[in-house]
Amino acid sequence: MSVRIDPPMAMLAELTHRCPLACPYCSNPTELLARDAELSTEAWADVFVQAAKLGVLQLHLSGGEPASRRDLEALVAAAREAGLYTNLITSGVGLNERRLRALDDAGLDHVQLSLQGVTAAMADRIGGYDGGFDRKMHVAEIISDIGFPLTLNAVMHRENLDDLPATIDMALRLGARRIEIACVQFQGWALVNRAALQPSRAQVETAKKTVARAVESLRGQLVIDFVPPDYYSDFPKACMNGWGSTGLNVTPDGTVLPCHAAETIPHLTFDNVTARKLADIWYDGSAFNAYRGTDWLPDLCQGCERRDIDFGGCRCQAMAVLGDASAPDPVCRKSAGRAALDALLTEEVREVAPPEFVYRR
Amino acid sequence: MSPEDVPFLPRGVRTQFDAVRKVDVLLGPERVLVLDQVGTAVLGQLDGEASLSEISEALAQVYDAPLDVIAPDVVAFVEDLRDRGMVHVRPH
Repeated sequence: MSVRIDPPMAMLAELTHRCPLACPYCSNPTELLARDAELSTEAWADVFVQAAKLGVLQLHLSGGEPASRRDLEALVAAAREAGLYTNLITSGVGLNERRLRALDDAGLDHVQLSLQGVTAAMADRIGGYDGGFDRKMHVAEIISDIGFPLTLNAVMHRENLDDLPATIDMALRLGARRIEIACVQFQGWALVNRAALQPSRAQVETAKKTVARAVESLRGQLVIDFVPPDYYSDFPKACMNGWGSTGLNVTPDGTVLPCHAAETIPHLTFDNVTARKLADIWYDGSAFNAYRGTDWLPDLCQGCERRDIDFGGCRCQAMAVLGDASAPDPVCRKSAGRAALDALLTEEVREVAPPEFVYRR
Repeated sequence: MSPEDVPFLPRGVRTQFDAVRKVDVLLGPERVLVLDQVGTAVLGQLDGEASLSEISEALAQVYDAPLDVIAPDVVAFVEDLRDRGMVHVRPH
């Protein structure tokens, strides 16, 4: 085993699992952590200092809804003090002008605002929260007034993918510098709603063309990042840019994960920042070393020219679809598991009405 | 972009010395770029006043290199960063 372990660049801090929205596509685990399990302000601040010393540069403050933490402003200040670039990932619900100005004073670098739809009817139906869209639009105005750089994170699926042109227009109208067109990834709660959320192949092809045109016509004006629905891809995504290579995740109670969904892999055990130093966890934690590098990869991947491009893809997807976290990601056309994925697509994407959403409440 | 355009780092983009990796980095929304010496030198000239052509001239002097070698590199570097949203450009 001769894996060189580089320091991590990015950390996702899931400050809380609490969230006013009930999105069917939520990628958080089906079992959520309660408020009294959450790390304290001081514990998070210590994690931020440890992360910066370890080499983390970018901190993503997420949830749940991070604004559900009343100490969000103090957490941002602590992260900036530690030298981290701070990105707030929010639905906007729970923020107002006073809090946004306090976040500005605390040194918040960037806001990523999620978008469930371009109309109140669609957005509030997806979010399961009446009035959420209007509040979000109001928050977007204040973000623009303050001057925070804004990314619109448009979560796309079967119900709203046809609204992609209007979604890109909305990013421009809100003054966003960047849009992330994030087709739903099927992890956590989203798996429950996969059949209702999975777009059709025709929708995906149209979306790809829309994105390609927008990238050209908006060059220098709007940065566009596209996360395609990966069941329709021929090769898997390089999940986490390689397990344990670039990023780490801390859950609300301080559990440290190699990726957001890693807890779905039953044989892994995870360390917690309340019991072990973050650097030890990164370099020596058993979960981080389980799929680090390429030595563990199956023969199919070892002989593949894409071995060092996608590292066998997503472990959690192999677990979810095949029940085997060590298998090649079933998205891969070369893998035996692809048949299972194709069978799911055939079964779930039909021209009939999709099943009703199961809201997360 | 025109040679008279003025590039600048917009709010939310900043350079920082990465004490762990011992390199200069450019940090922005969802982006980290490790800067080499040239990158650090070019970004060091972005003061919100200097135009692209003035930046090239200044660097040609500092490095005692021909302007027609420096200028295309500066334009390509700035244009690439602009496309990634890490540099903004305003007319002179």
